Amino acid sequence: MRDVAVIGVGCTKFGEHWERSFRDLFVEAGALALEDAQLSGEKIDAMYVGNMSAGRFIEQEHIGALIADYAGMATRHIPSTRVEAACASGGLAFRQAVIAVASGMEDIVVAAGVEKMTDVEPGETTDALTGAADREWEGFVGATFPGLYAMIATDYMHKYHMTREQLAQVAVKNHFNGARNPIAQYQQEITLDTVMKSTMVAEPLRLFDCSPITDGAAAVIVAPLDRAREFTDTPIKVLATAQASDTIALHDRRDISTLDATVAAGQWAFKMAKLTHKDIDMVEVHDCFSIAEICAIEDLGFCKKGTAGKFTADGETALGGKIPVNTSGGLKACGHPVGATGIKQVFEIVQQLRGDAGRRQVDGAKIGMTHNVGGTGATVAVHILGRV
Amino acid sequence: MTVARFWRKIPQRYNLIGTKCETCGRHFFPPRTFCPDCRRTGKIVDHKFSGKGTVVTYTVIQTAPDQFISPGPYVLAIIRLDEGPQMTTQIICDPKEAKIGMRVKSTFRKIATDGESGIIHYGTKFVPVE
Ligand SMILES: [Zn+2]
Repeated sequence: MRDVAVIGVGCTKFGEHWERSFRDLFVEAGALALEDAQLSGEKIDAMYVGNMSAGRFIEQEHIGALIADYAGMATRHIPSTRVEAACASGGLAFRQAVIAVASGMEDIVVAAGVEKMTDVEPGETTDALTGAADREWEGFVGATFPGLYAMIATDYMHKYHMTREQLAQVAVKNHFNGARNPIAQYQQEITLDTVMKSTMVAEPLRLFDCSPITDGAAAVIVAPLDRAREFTDTPIKVLATAQASDTIALHDRRDISTLDATVAAGQWAFKMAKLTHKDIDMVEVHDCFSIAEICAIEDLGFCKKGTAGKFTADGETALGGKIPVNTSGGLKACGHPVGATGIKQVFEIVQQLRGDAGRRQVDGAKIGMTHNVGGTGATVAVHILGRV
Repeated sequence: MTVARFWRKIPQRYNLIGTKCETCGRHFFPPRTFCPDCRRTGKIVDHKFSGKGTVVTYTVIQTAPDQFISPGPYVLAIIRLDEGPQMTTQIICDPKEAKIGMRVKSTFRKIATDGESGIIHYGTKFVPVE
């Protein structure tokens, strides 16, 4: 296997882009990534595109070809492949691009992610997202996505006695970071009160425990590490790529509030990179709901099971803490265009490793991690990236 | 959802008919036609569940999707059936009564209507056992 590096990254602003189409969004992200790598489109050998549900959101399938076409690749006929794993689609697209380059099959590969969620009514969006769980035996009996994560929260709080206020600190911290990220959907800080007084969605989760509905696209370009300096002075090496699966339904899990796929992917990634959690300077985790960040930092090994509430309330996951988590603002504040999220996580870590993260920069960042979840944990992708 | 898609699972949804692996004795609800433990040596047969179980975790859904009969709030739970498997279901009770460890039994109720066709889907919900 060849070593692989990220040579360019680009991301649109995340938010509600009423005036912009699906095509506009991914063309912008792709162009930003090419510009960042000072690369012309003719050098691209292949594309992988993470997208969860364009079929439901904009009634468009066949996304791989569409994107290649509007990115100006149609006459070059390069392979372009859509990758789908619900909210982990972006993470898997990145992994496929890395594997393509590592294998020697391709040299310069684009990994992109895009989702246009605001072209349908909110009810339709919610229903489409339920397709990331078990439609037949969860969705059909009345489970919603917030409802499933709420059941994780109930189980967790019952077992480990985390307080509601500790859980709310996840959202407060992520909004603090989002306020320092120019691409974030929400760039306002919030208080504990904002979370605690927001509308109840599914007990114990309130509106400010939930990530929003977002339009956005992100793209990164990977290349063999030994060619990376042709394109950039600051190549970022892919130290590990890992992907794990679990039962599609939450009710079939060994433990409701442990994502075993996160545990597995995390362990495999650390083994591949020959690193431990102590080597990680910052991590982007999949906080689709506040409770998801709590579980993630435990399941990845950053703190012991049952302690993440206190760990968060003590500021250990904030900028300047032991392990800054979601410096981008996470899904909560930066936004969650589902197929794009996994690529945006790589975008954020690359910015941190290059020292380009501005007011949310982690001092001396050398190694970062991304953690992208599909559904309630049926698919997990973990990547470790490092400065060279 | 088409009528066929719901009708196909009527025995399972109406009567809690799942499956059981005769090789290892493990029960499955929702039903599986392949035993993940025994794989090719598994022998799957239908099994009618007793309909008794215990609440593992729950939530109170405040805003329900359009098609559900109870617009909310309603109690959504994962329960462990006495035979072993866990399933997601609604529990018909005062949301304040719901708690982990609560004993419940199955009952036959309306679950949802299909917006355009107006077809009512029935299925299993659970109620607390005194
Ligand atoms: Zn068996």
